[in-house]
Parts: sequence; C-alpha cells; structure tokens
Amino acid sequence: MSDLTRLTAAQAADALAAGETTSVALTQAALDRIAAVEGAVHAFLHVDAAGALEQAAASDARRAAGEPLHALDGVPIAVKDVLATDGLPTTCGSKILEGWVPPYDATVVAKLKAAGLPILGKTNMDEFAMGSSTEHSAYGPTYNPWDLTRIPGGSGGGSAAAVAAFEAPLALGTDTGGSIRQPGAVTGTVGVKPTYGGVSRYGLVAMANSLDQVGPVTRTVLDAALLHDLIGGHDPLDSTSIDQPLPDLVAAAREGAAGDLSGLKVGVITELSGDGYQAGVLARFQESVDLLVKAGAEVVEVSCPNFVHALATYYLIMPCEASSNLAKFDAMRYGLRVLPEGIDNPSAEDVMRASRDAGFGDEVKRRIILGTYALSSGYYDAYYGTAQKVRTLITRDFDAAFEQVDVLVSPTAPTTAFELGEKLDDPIAMYLNDLATIPANLAGVPGISLPSGLADEDGLPAGFQILAPALADDRLYRVGAALEAALEAQWGAPLLDKAPSLDGDSA
Amino acid sequence: MSDTLVAFDDVLASYDPALGLEVHVELNTATKMFCGCPAVFGGEPNTQVCPTCLGLPGAMPVVNGKAVESAIRIGLALNCEIAEWCRFARKNYFYPDMPKNFQTSQYDEPICFEGWMDVDVDGETFRVEIERAHMEEDTGKSLHVGGATGRIHGADYSLVDYNRAGIPLIEIVTKPIRGAGAKAPAVARAYVSQLRDLIVALGVSEARMDQGNLRADVNLSLAPKDSGTLGTRTETKNVNSFRSVERAVRYEMQRHAAILDSGGAIFQETRHWHEDTGVTTSGRPKSDADDYRYFPEPDLVPVAPSREWVEELRGTLPENPVERRARLQAEWGYTDLEMRDVVASGLLGPIEETVAAGASAQAARKWWIAELTRRANDAGVDVVDLGVSPAQVAAVQALVDAGTINDKLARQVFDGLLAGEGTPEEIVAARGLAVVSDDGALGAAVDAAIAANPDVADKIRDGKVAAAGALIGAVMKEMRGQADAARVRELILEKLA
Repeated sequence: MSDLTRLTAAQAADALAAGETTSVALTQAALDRIAAVEGAVHAFLHVDAAGALEQAAASDARRAAGEPLHALDGVPIAVKDVLATDGLPTTCGSKILEGWVPPYDATVVAKLKAAGLPILGKTNMDEFAMGSSTEHSAYGPTYNPWDLTRIPGGSGGGSAAAVAAFEAPLALGTDTGGSIRQPGAVTGTVGVKPTYGGVSRYGLVAMANSLDQVGPVTRTVLDAALLHDLIGGHDPLDSTSIDQPLPDLVAAAREGAAGDLSGLKVGVITELSGDGYQAGVLARFQESVDLLVKAGAEVVEVSCPNFVHALATYYLIMPCEASSNLAKFDAMRYGLRVLPEGIDNPSAEDVMRASRDAGFGDEVKRRIILGTYALSSGYYDAYYGTAQKVRTLITRDFDAAFEQVDVLVSPTAPTTAFELGEKLDDPIAMYLNDLATIPANLAGVPGISLPSGLADEDGLPAGFQILAPALADDRLYRVGAALEAALEAQWGAPLLDKAPSLDGDSA
Repeated sequence: MSDTLVAFDDVLASYDPALGLEVHVELNTATKMFCGCPAVFGGEPNTQVCPTCLGLPGAMPVVNGKAVESAIRIGLALNCEIAEWCRFARKNYFYPDMPKNFQTSQYDEPICFEGWMDVDVDGETFRVEIERAHMEEDTGKSLHVGGATGRIHGADYSLVDYNRAGIPLIEIVTKPIRGAGAKAPAVARAYVSQLRDLIVALGVSEARMDQGNLRADVNLSLAPKDSGTLGTRTETKNVNSFRSVERAVRYEMQRHAAILDSGGAIFQETRHWHEDTGVTTSGRPKSDADDYRYFPEPDLVPVAPSREWVEELRGTLPENPVERRARLQAEWGYTDLEMRDVVASGLLGPIEETVAAGASAQAARKWWIAELTRRANDAGVDVVDLGVSPAQVAAVQALVDAGTINDKLARQVFDGLLAGEGTPEEIVAARGLAVVSDDGALGAAVDAAIAANPDVADKIRDGKVAAAGALIGAVMKEMRGQADAARVRELILEKLA
C-alpha cells in the first residue's frame, strides 16, 4: 500500500480486515505524517505517539487472536481537546487548564477505546470552543491545509485540519453553533452535528450545555456514519441523552451512495442565502442542488422566517450557559493558579480573580461578561427569557418546514476560509460565519456539511449543509452520500486530492 | 461588645414579631444527589468524591430518584402540592467549598409548594404555612486552620473537604408566621421540633441537629404593634438545637426592639448564633438584590413525577405526628405533663415499642424516663444509644409483674443488661436475684427481726399495724432485698396476731 494516510477510514478498516495492513502501520503512518506537516498546520495540541502505537499493537493482537472486533478497530483517530481523556492533557485551548490531566474519560472517548481506535492526540481549538477560526486558541492558531495563510474554521479547526491534511483519517469534534460543520466547509472535509442527545456529552467540557453536541469529522460521508454509529446512543451518565436506538446510519450512507433520491423532498431555506454569501459559495451550492434534482429529488424553497433572529438568540443563550459553566475554573482545585501582585496574604477570592484574569483569553472574557450581564436580575426576562421564546419559534419553523420536506439544505458557511487575523478585531463579523449553522443547534436537529467544490474567486472549498428532523440523522447520510457520489463523479476524484500536499511533494 | 436588649415583655408591648424558618434536611439516601458517591457522614476527607461532585470539567449530574421520592414524601407530609413538572436551577456564586461555583438547586419551580403544618404550643395550635420544599445539593466543608476562632478571618489557610459536596438536601421554607406574639420563640421551637419528628417518622433523614443533618435558619422581623406590616428581617444561620431556635428568636426580638426603640433601623443581614454565649453576631449583608443569576440547569431534564407515583407515595406516609401523639396519650392514659416529658425526651418511639412488647404504659414510662434516662445522662450518651432495647425493658417488667423480682432488683437486672450478661431471665438466674417467698426461709428471718426489735413487736401486738414497716425493712435488709415484701408483711402480722 503506497500511502496509508490517504485511505479513508472505511478503506483502512477493509485493509485491516483483509490482512493487507496493520493498525501499527496505519498509526505509524499517521504519526509520520503528523511529524512531517505539523510545523505548518499545527492541528494538534498534544500528540500521544507512544500511547497510540501501544493501542495499535493491542488492536493487531486482538485481530491476530481472532477476537470479535468493531468495524473501526485499529483505525487511528484524533480527539478535540475539549473532550476529557484519562491520562492525556485536556486544555480546551485555554491557559487556565494548561497541564490538567483528567482522571476520567469522556463517554465518547471510552467508546473509542473500547472499540480499539488508537488515539493519536488532542486537536487544537478556539479557547473553550469559542470562535470560528481557531485563532482564539491560547496555544496559537491552526492553519488551513488548503492555504496556510487562512483559518481552518472553528472552533474545531484542529480536528478539521488534521483530517484535511491526512494527519488522521478520523477525528472527533464538537458543535455548539457550527464548530464541526463550518470547519468542515472551509477545509473540504465532512462534519456532522448529530441530533441533540444523540451522542453523550459526558466528559465534553461544556460551553453551552443545551447546544453542545459531539460529532464525527471525516473525509467521507460513509466514514462519518461509521464513527457516528460508534459514538452514538444512550448514556446513563448524560441525562439529556436520548434513550432510544440510533437509526441505521451506515446502511443509510451505503444506500445513498447508490445515487437514487427519487421520492425525496428537499427544501432550500430562503433565509440562508443571498446577502452576505460569497458568489462562489452560492454557485457551488446551486450546482449541488441541481445534482440532487438529477438524482431524483424534488426541490422546493422553504421559508423559516425566525432564522433571521437565530444569531441574536444564540449570542444570549450560549454566553449565559457559558458564564456559569466557566465559573468552576477558579484555581482552587486544578488548573492555573496565579497569585495577585501587590496583595499580601491574598484571599481565595483574590486568587480566583487573578487566575481567571490571567487564564482566560479575551473572547472567553467577552462571553462571560455578556452571559453574566444577561442573567442578572432585572435583565433575565428581557434577554435570556426572550431568547428562549425565540428559540421555540425557531424550533417551530423547523417543525413546519419538515412537514413539507424531508431535509433542508443551505450553504454551510457564507464564505470560504478567510485570512488569519482578518476578523479578529471584529467579533460580529466573526460571529456571522455561523449564521447558517446556528439554527440547528438551537432546535437540536442534526446537520451535516460536506464539500460542494471550490469557489471560483479563490479556489477554496465551499460547504453544503443538509439538515434533518431530530432523530432522523440517517437522512443526512442518505442524501449526503448521494450528493458526495454525484460530485465525485463530476470531479473524477475526492476534492481533497486538489489540496496542497504540504510536504514538498507535488499534489 | 454586647448588644443592647429590651426586656421581652416590653418588646411585645410595642411590636409584633414575624418569623420565617428555613430548614435544611440532609437526606439519608445511599448516594449523593447527582452522582453515585456514597452519601455518608464523616470519612477521610475527599475520599467520597468523583468527577461529578468535584465539578471536574466535563462531568455531568444525574438526578437521584430516591432523593426525589424523599422530597415528595416530605412535601406530602407537609400537605404540599407536588409539582407535575419542575426543573433544577443553577444558583451562581463563587465560594471555594462549591466545586462548580454554582449550586444545583431549584428556584421558581420547586417540587413541593403551598403546604402547612399545625404545631402545638401549650395546648394552642398554630398553623405554619409552608411556602415550598425544594431539592438541592450540599456544599463541601471548609476547615479554617490557624486563627483563634476557627472562622475564616485570621486563619492561616483553609482546607476543603468535598465529601459532603453533593449530598441531597431538602430545603423547607415557611411563609412569614405572624400573630404568635409572646409565643413566637416557642412556636419556632415547636415547628422545628415537630418537623424533626415528621422527618424521623418518614425515615428520610437521620435528622440529627447536632450532626448537621437538620439545620435551621431563623428569620425574624418586628413591625410596630398592630400595624399589619412586615419589618426588615435578619436571618440567623445554622441554629442547631431546638432550645437554640427558641433562644435565637427571643434574642433577636429583644435586639431588634432595642435598635428600633432608639430610632435605628434593622440592617438586613445574616447573623451567626453562638450557642455558648446565647447571642447572635453580624454575618454578611444580605439583600433581596443578592444576585444569584438563577437559570434552569441545562444538564438535567425536568422532573415530572406521575400522579400515580405521587399517590403511591402518599400511601406510604406514616401517621401524622400530632395525631399519633394524641392517639397514644389517650391509649396510655398519660397526663399532659407526662406526655410532654416523653415527647421532649424523644422517647415516644421506644415507649411505644415497649408497650407493644407487653409492658404497661406507666411501667414503660417509668423505666425510660427515670431509670434509663438517668443512666444515659451518667454515661453521657443519648438514651436510645444506651444499649437497652424496648423488648428488654418489657421483659424486665414482665419479671416484676410475675413477682419474680421487684423494682429494686430490676435495677440490678439493668446493670446486667448493660454489662452484656444475657437476657433478663439469665441475669436473674446468674445473679440469684429472684425474690424469696418461701415461708421457711422468710419465717426464720421474721422471727429474728421480731426477736431483735421487741418494742416494735409490742406496738404491733397492740394494734399499731403501721409499725410493721420497720420489721419489714429489717427482714429485707437481712435478705439483701430479695424477700417478697407482701409475704413478709403477712407473716409478721400472723406471728404477732
């Protein structure tokens, strides 16, 4: 096998099953690739080469012993640094957690370990998942493998870049307002935000508990289905996780790949198009819609009038929850501890204040202040209360839309990857990146982003978003796999084959 | 520096007191409110902890169903409505003993609301209205090291034990209690005392005030007499005995009155109760504007107890303590005074069990209230922890009733029980305590007593039967208390007839 890092997870799993390669070989290939390109990409905050190889060797031993194996046993994976990993540092991209090593695994991480996926390391992210560019990481930005002067999206830019740069075939991300899907769009990868409650959040360091969801970051729709199937399902440790079986996601992806969408009704969301959307992004979006029609789907336009309030609603609910979630970082039990200058015998409160001041970055402080203010007595009803009402209206828009159509579609992000630093001084411009992804989080419905091609203006990837009703995650995979197959038939190869190789070889 | 106080009677001449009581009940569930850690008292610091109750990043809470059940049973016993749907809320504030810097509690959607409890004070019944009873988690425990007082001020450093963090609490809040007047301190005490009886009867908490299982915060305000208004209140925290509840109310009434009389204003604040000196001191300012930024806990789903379950739990409620007391008093024929002593001693349960095991109500009361309470006081333990069971007390009394032993010998049987010498019957046999009623043995002792006391014998022969007591005493002394006193008397009178 020439380059193991180019295999999709499904192909790697097949090669393992056929005895054509080993987990150690796959894992070592990924680690070699990481060593070769990390200097340019900086997708990882921590690489656990020894641990990954040990898990890979254990996988190979299981296989040799003929033990029953999960489909992805032995396929290496990267994990966003917001998920607790027993024995591996977990910083959430923040100085305040520098050096913290959790004594426990997030449920999704425990599932990866139980299924035998070697964990390559922890990926970079905006601090506490707050951002759309990964520039808010306290440990420096991640660079977009398509163009190293550009952002990889965020907050999960590390996971998306790692997969796009062939450093890992699979990664876990988390999506609160688009942090899986928007990085997927700007790096030419596939990202899925499952139905809220479909994947356990236990061990996910919460930004906004009612919006956060763990999901797969991959290069193909089928790989995403395989990973989603592995991490999904009820968890008694997460009260908000749904106690019913997942639909058959892998079967849906395989069925979709056959390319027949007859009988499917697709709704194009009126409000998620037009002003503010880059021309090349819209052109690629329209081509994909045309391909869906060609595959037999019926396409109509659907209005979701309250979506125009989604961003404002999100920027009240999310900071309110975040301001409370982040209160625990106070230097009393773990993490950064800073003694205030110029105070003799500082009190606990003095130490908390100094540590939080030194440990949190500006964007985190901005959201803590926003949330603290919005929850304050006298403002609660006007802000948090009103936002929850609008959230209900947005959910009703989805309900009404899904009475007319099976899935909704839109561009994932309004633009392709922008330049590093371009929006750092303009939070509102940064927030606008998530305009199209936020409604799904507010309503708890699942969404997928897959590449729709390169924008004409800049030759950078654009993303196509598919949204389905809650619990109907299988529709994402059926429609996504059909579109992916149609696009690749047009391109003649996966889109990522057009990305720079990063290691000096020609692409 | 001590507060100026107004004489209690003078307080009532000018002011109407209003009371409010907040009682925290630590539940005796096997595990904590939101995780699987054991909910146990004591233990090496920070050993009963996990990622959830330590508030580690990423960890999540799961509601303890047994705690919800206990909350509902408490609510039903307090005649509350049980919410069909309610949520937990986060109470946000920074303090080192709170692992998450928010307490998961309930805010505007308590599980129990709008109830009442009737309390008896000297034969008068006061209806205390319950505003709410809600579920929450306890905090960790701070230990301030160095400094004189054990308080944070002046301490060298502080340690925190999180074993207590996450233990389920039910907070029971009354509406303002008005119109109690001079009885306000007694009403406060009676409420807490009867609430504790209720909690014990429900079996949902150890309910020991000295161990902090049951903690009372006492709110008090004074308003100008007959004004119908409510004054500014103070909240005296963690008053941990019934007597202290009464004393704290009385003290705050006297202190408030002194301030108001001198034209001052009450400053809304929390206050600390000092058991040793019987005074309160200023805590921290507290205002209704304290901003805890409550919002619904997004990591938990709403609690929605089905009506069927609530009714099922209603069926498990024990007899109402007030009704139970009235029933038992009638059954046992105790005077009001006797009953009050029994209730105040917390011996209603043991006496009930002793009666159920066959003893008469008066005998059961006599042994528990007099003999065993005295022994417990001597040993410095609670009488129920002395080591004598109701069944044993009943067995001792049965031996008395059968004439095998008398009361004096029974005390020696209790000595044997406390020394672990076996059953009362075994102790009587082993110690040779049985009363002698054999005429042969008794006759010799009576003859000896008559011979030794000829003056007394003559008096009896002359018809002064009451003088027989002296001879009985002599016989008893000779027989080391083991004579059947009634038979001795008969023999004396026969021989001197």
